[in-house]
Amino acid sequence: MADSELMDKLAQERLTLALRLGDTGLVLAQRLSAWCGHAPELELDLALSNVALDLLGEARMLLTLAGELEGAGRDEDELAYFRETTAFRNILLVEQPNEDFAVTIVRQFLFDAWHLELATQLAGSTDPRFAEIAAKTVKEARYHRKFSTDWLIRLGDGTAESHDRVQAALDDLWIYTGEFFASDPADRALAAAGIAPDPAALEAPWRAFVDAALAEATLERPDNAFMQAGGRDGRHSEHLDYLLAEMQVLARAHPGARW
Amino acid sequence: MPAPAPPKDLARDPADDLARAQAALDRVHDPEIPALTIAQLGILREVAERDGRIVVTLTPTYSGCPATAAIELEVQTALARAGLADAEVRTALSPPWTTDWITPEGRARLRAAGIAPPRKAAGKAALLGLDPDIACPHCGHAQTEKLSEFGATACKALYRCLACREPFEYFKCI
Repeated sequence: MADSELMDKLAQERLTLALRLGDTGLVLAQRLSAWCGHAPELELDLALSNVALDLLGEARMLLTLAGELEGAGRDEDELAYFRETTAFRNILLVEQPNEDFAVTIVRQFLFDAWHLELATQLAGSTDPRFAEIAAKTVKEARYHRKFSTDWLIRLGDGTAESHDRVQAALDDLWIYTGEFFASDPADRALAAAGIAPDPAALEAPWRAFVDAALAEATLERPDNAFMQAGGRDGRHSEHLDYLLAEMQVLARAHPGARW
Repeated sequence: MPAPAPPKDLARDPADDLARAQAALDRVHDPEIPALTIAQLGILREVAERDGRIVVTLTPTYSGCPATAAIELEVQTALARAGLADAEVRTALSPPWTTDWITPEGRARLRAAGIAPPRKAAGKAALLGLDPDIACPHCGHAQTEKLSEFGATACKALYRCLACREPFEYFKCI
């Protein structure tokens, strides 16, 4: 990349965006990978691993871009394996533990509905790097959303037990959905420059999709107004410490190791 | 920044290099779907000669496709064997790969390998959330059912034929 492009204004804001989106994909990919070998059936092992792989691929491109924008010589691996918890900028939803299959599906459904809307709008970014990464993501996220929506409906409109479990998961995780649509000065500057969509503008289409799916799944949308926040600014739950400890241990024990 | 091109052997003919590169790349197969060459899969985007060097542009199928690095290595190796060790291999994301780029020969080879080729007009059915009707690649019967949206690789879904009862893979449209 040309030096002039690196010096471009809004480099700091674009770095923030690349870290927020890259870390979100990375952390969720790590969570989903833990299902491999443990999902209720083989097809779900494959599905959750496939979704994890897509998210990891997206995260790698975004963290590579973040490293270039930062200009300090850090690559995707350096950013993934050698940053502390407070340096991570992922939203809180994706670091929430897998718990049972219902919790994983609800987390994924809430995320996918947002991720597809975000990627669709980001594909029209005035920044060609974000636009080309998002254009690939859109194609993959459509399959993710279809998968998690199908399972949400199947569990919600399933047995009394499966219905109660997804409803409980929805009630627990809803508090983390506010972070999808929060904006700070960096978001507003990026939106004004046409680099990223205004997060608030994603809420109406997200809500329309979620409401329709919840109705079909015979689930009730929680109506709590208070929303948890902080992940985008590096304030995380303790869950992320454990996740990173596991994800980073090998790279930190053997810095620079290759195979 | 690309490394400066090494000194050129004056006897080397650029047109000859290009022909050799193309012949070498025609023999590179996808590691996960070995029935197809990378050209038939549509991920070999460009083979060009610039300033005396061969430049090969690849594109990934899926963002997280784990075969991407292996394919790059195979391309480098094939070019080196053809005497083109100084070739440059690039990756381009845009425009994003679509299954519409699988060549007609590639589609025929997929079917022969027991994998139902993707439907054309990629994305439209997926966008609408519809499952296309996929014919069985073994017996040709149209009555099949989807077992899972995701298969053994990111690019495939699992299906079963309701006539011959054989399971098969379907190459998803994107």
